[in-house]
Amino acid sequence: MEKLGKAVGDIVSELGPEKGSLLAILLAVQDASPESYVSEAAVNEIARLLNTSRSMVYSTASFYSEISLMPRGRHIVRLCINAPCEDAGKEEIRKALEKELGIKLGETTSDKMFSLEGVSCLGACNMSPAIKVDDKVYGDLTPAGAVRVMRELKEAAKNEHIS
Amino acid sequence: MRSIDININGEVLSVPDNITILEAAKMHGIKIPTLCHFPDQRVKANCRVCVVEVEGNRNLVASCSTPVREGMKVRTNSARVRETVQTILELIFANHPQECLTCIRNANCELRQLAAEHGIREIKADMSTPLLPLDNSTPSIVRDPNKCIKCGRCAEVCHHVQTTGILYSHYRGINGSITPEYGKTLAEVACVLCGQCVAVCPVGAIHEKDDTAAVWAALENPEKHVVVQVAPSVRVSIAEEMGQAPGTIATGKLVTALRRLGFNKIFDTDFTADLTILEEGNELLQRVKNGGALPMITSCSPGWIKFIEHNYPEQLEHLSTCKSPQQMFGALAKTYYAEKSGIDPKDIVVVSIMPCTAKKYECTRPEMKSNGYQDVDYVLTTREFGRMLRQSGIDFAALADSPFDNPLGMSTGAGAIFGATGGVMEAALRTVYEVVTGKELAKLEFESVRGLEGVKEATVDLDGLPVKVAVAHGLGNARKVMDKIKAGEADYAFVEVMCCPGGCIGGGGQPYITKKETRMARIKAIYEVDADMPLRKSHANPAVQELYKDFLKEPLGEKSHHLLHTHYQKRGL
Amino acid sequence: MSTFRELDSYDRVFNFGNYDSSVSLSEYQQAGGYEALRMAIGNPKQALEEICRAGLRGRGGAAFPAGLKLKMMQGNTEKQRYIVCNADEGEPGTFKDRFIMNHIPFQLLEGITIAAILAGAENGFVYIRHEYPLAQETIKKSIAEAEAAGLLGDNILGSEFSLHLKIFSGAGSYLCGEETALLSSIEGKKGRPRVKPPFPIESGLWGKPTLINNVETLANIPSIIAKGSDWYRSLGTEDSPGTKLISLSGDVKRRGLYEVPFGTTFREIIDNYGGGMKEVFTLKAVNIGGSSGVVVPPEELDCPMEYGKCAERGITIGSGAVYVMDEQRSILGNVHNRVHFFLHESCGKCTPCREGLRQVNRIIDRVIEGEASLKDIDNLERFTRCMQEASFCGLGQAAGNSLISSLKYFRKEYENSCVDCVGKTAERGELC
Repeated sequence: MEKLGKAVGDIVSELGPEKGSLLAILLAVQDASPESYVSEAAVNEIARLLNTSRSMVYSTASFYSEISLMPRGRHIVRLCINAPCEDAGKEEIRKALEKELGIKLGETTSDKMFSLEGVSCLGACNMSPAIKVDDKVYGDLTPAGAVRVMRELKEAAKNEHIS
Repeated sequence: MRSIDININGEVLSVPDNITILEAAKMHGIKIPTLCHFPDQRVKANCRVCVVEVEGNRNLVASCSTPVREGMKVRTNSARVRETVQTILELIFANHPQECLTCIRNANCELRQLAAEHGIREIKADMSTPLLPLDNSTPSIVRDPNKCIKCGRCAEVCHHVQTTGILYSHYRGINGSITPEYGKTLAEVACVLCGQCVAVCPVGAIHEKDDTAAVWAALENPEKHVVVQVAPSVRVSIAEEMGQAPGTIATGKLVTALRRLGFNKIFDTDFTADLTILEEGNELLQRVKNGGALPMITSCSPGWIKFIEHNYPEQLEHLSTCKSPQQMFGALAKTYYAEKSGIDPKDIVVVSIMPCTAKKYECTRPEMKSNGYQDVDYVLTTREFGRMLRQSGIDFAALADSPFDNPLGMSTGAGAIFGATGGVMEAALRTVYEVVTGKELAKLEFESVRGLEGVKEATVDLDGLPVKVAVAHGLGNARKVMDKIKAGEADYAFVEVMCCPGGCIGGGGQPYITKKETRMARIKAIYEVDADMPLRKSHANPAVQELYKDFLKEPLGEKSHHLLHTHYQKRGL
Repeated sequence: MSTFRELDSYDRVFNFGNYDSSVSLSEYQQAGGYEALRMAIGNPKQALEEICRAGLRGRGGAAFPAGLKLKMMQGNTEKQRYIVCNADEGEPGTFKDRFIMNHIPFQLLEGITIAAILAGAENGFVYIRHEYPLAQETIKKSIAEAEAAGLLGDNILGSEFSLHLKIFSGAGSYLCGEETALLSSIEGKKGRPRVKPPFPIESGLWGKPTLINNVETLANIPSIIAKGSDWYRSLGTEDSPGTKLISLSGDVKRRGLYEVPFGTTFREIIDNYGGGMKEVFTLKAVNIGGSSGVVVPPEELDCPMEYGKCAERGITIGSGAVYVMDEQRSILGNVHNRVHFFLHESCGKCTPCREGLRQVNRIIDRVIEGEASLKDIDNLERFTRCMQEASFCGLGQAAGNSLISSLKYFRKEYENSCVDCVGKTAERGELC
């Protein structure tokens, strides 16, 4: 709890304890979490430091789809499910990703490395179908291409785990 | 602000230029339906039931949030408006449990009322009701999230008026809900059980816990001696609950009604309100003399007590250690009264009728067992009292008056004004003045602590000695005072805090609908009750004097300490 | 009559350069960048006049006159004001703002700076959606560079004007593209829209007058000032001057971002810019304006892209997304996807949108399964109309556009899916 408290405390001091910083704080706390989420302890601590109610923090956190209040994997694989990507072959990409990761849409791998999520339009419609993994967008995907991306990421993840 | 002309339904009307279409229509006798709108709250414009046609606007507009402008042409009942409002109502019903026959709000549900007014005969939509669990976790309030229509009134009052921040809307779209965070129950978060959410809910999604069954059972039990105490606020509210105008005084009638329900003794909480003044007044003087924690803050409002225990646990020393009048009564009923009447306290059932939902919780607090028995057994809100009267077929308005019973039924006007914000302060000042100055108080009314201003500050002149006091009602205002105290910037000697806006007459257990005008009417009635009483100072109450002479001996004495005082808990968040 | 006209590099508002990287500050300045800012600082009154005369309208979808908005901002007495650049591009099918931020960030910053000076705002935010990490990084870097070069921060170019800009990241909410929801988001709350009036120009961020404009709108400003409103009006038409960035995707040969003068027909956009259909399959329908836009058949494509004519024909230009569907595509599937999107993105505040979308989605699911009835189709229209007429904000009002338009032009596809339809035809596209 103390370790967590410190991380949240550092983030809040850096971004400022004003209510307007709440969204940025939630995103930063989530980024700093190995399970890519904002824990209940973090919600309570943020509320305390911002001098606001826990329900206020929870309300903001729960509203946005990119913020998770439940633990997920370290890397989030976001598959665009909107019309342009749907028509361009998103279902094949989904099946390939689900097979490669061994999970279904909405789930997290057992080694807690990857979560697979369906998201709204990524704005990559000129290169659909597309996925976004962490901070990178991959477009013009084929099922093989999607698998290649995942395998490269798995490799990179293994190395960061070791180092 | 000037006058402009607008056209509503073909009629040219003159209205001020700074109001909404809804208000303009109301001024001219045109009732536009509303659901999420609540007079004392900010405009939400969620439900869209108040939509109207405005010439020149492509879509309909919400009349609650659209200001008037010169030459505006409005239609409130065109086919387009009627059809849209019907569709909106059908959409709400399609996702609402069809339990109207057995719902606790069926007599006064605002949604059902709208359905009746708008001729909804068929719901041409997919009906589905969620199956979310009820929140029965507290003794005071029941939440049925299945019935929630997302109007947002409860969140508004909880966040912006009471500032407790318990109910808020989470997630979004059809996954959205208005609950505590993480779907927790009210008992798991710092809810103070004030019931302001109950007071504003238009449907049966949040309501008081109904204890009438337990009270009926006690009344039916021949082995039990059931006594009832009635809060100051109830005498100016029960007639309203039974259909009369807000502020109708019905003290005598309610005693008769209670007798008909079968209570063995009808006593008055105003009696222990007078007693509270004696104990608390002396406590204040003692603190001033001995350098105790000042300001001293009143402790009769259980919602306020839970609030300070959660939010300002380091400032608990400021609270008076006096129990509330309800609890003092219970303690005395099972000791003093038991002795005097020769009845075994285990057979005495104490019921109180209160404007308050938090009192249902207060009576279950572990500290409220002074002689091995729970001081107060059951608390009924004004609404539940009304329920019992209707179930018994009592024609309330036609009843004759009766007096309260003794020895716990005599009171002064100072006890009666406890129901209004500033009343406890004024009652205390009436006694403290005479104790401190040794002189008789010429004018009993302290106007500076009366009224609906959120935080009232006054400097009272005790024959040359200035005493600074403050009165706050509504927890948002209590918070302002507490922040001042916490920062060391408060130079008051005495502070009164009432959890509910307007004081107890605005409590969570009061008749629907409590708006500003209703509060004002009830407050006016309370001061009328006071003005009409033969005795108006707590220390002049002969029954209280006798209580001290025969039983308690002296204020803050050992017996008082044991029976009439309490301690608090640092709860934190 | 063909109004198609390929824009040469002078007649462009946008020159994206080499798409592999972003145009640097020095490259931008060499090409004439920041000249407009100098002109605006020298004569702000003239600059505002140019913008008004140019007839620039909001490019995010609402199409409110930008010059008028600036004039209204100037009408405030309140000294503390804000400028917010709405870069929360979330309309499915749209990627124009991403291109602007990734490739010509300084053109955007210049436009923001000029607008801020004219609006009297000394502080501002660029609200960029979380799904655009590269844009966030690029704009952040560019702001720092601009500050170092005296083009942002205190005393811009030595003048008495200042502007302090910060990035603000969204977190996954389409509705935050709505201006009042965006403001709530910056204030740390849920992205729910607010009651209007008061409008943001009067009471916006933290209750202060706030100018909110879309990325493309602001990025238009430098060219308008540098080359003048006469030049700008020579592009496009009298009713709709200037150009629009069209995000073209779907079954066309060349998906991509195209700067198109107003007045060009949609057919010309698809054929001349997009190179026509990708495969042998014929064009079945086009979605114009993203998910909150309409679905139209080929017959409607000769409508010129201009606000007046499009409004007459019920076509929503919106964000400028044009999505092309060939004969293999299912209208039902497309519409299903779009209303499902709104179900996910609705904030839930108002009844018509929240409950209307709940019902509409259930019905569409049944239609897709082939288990709907004709009565269901009536209900679809009724609920969508209710959403259109009575929703709190633009999301609810526009969520049914694809439904209403597809029912108008492709009703047979819906009816063929109903169990009680008499005389079914084979007009039902396959879900792909």
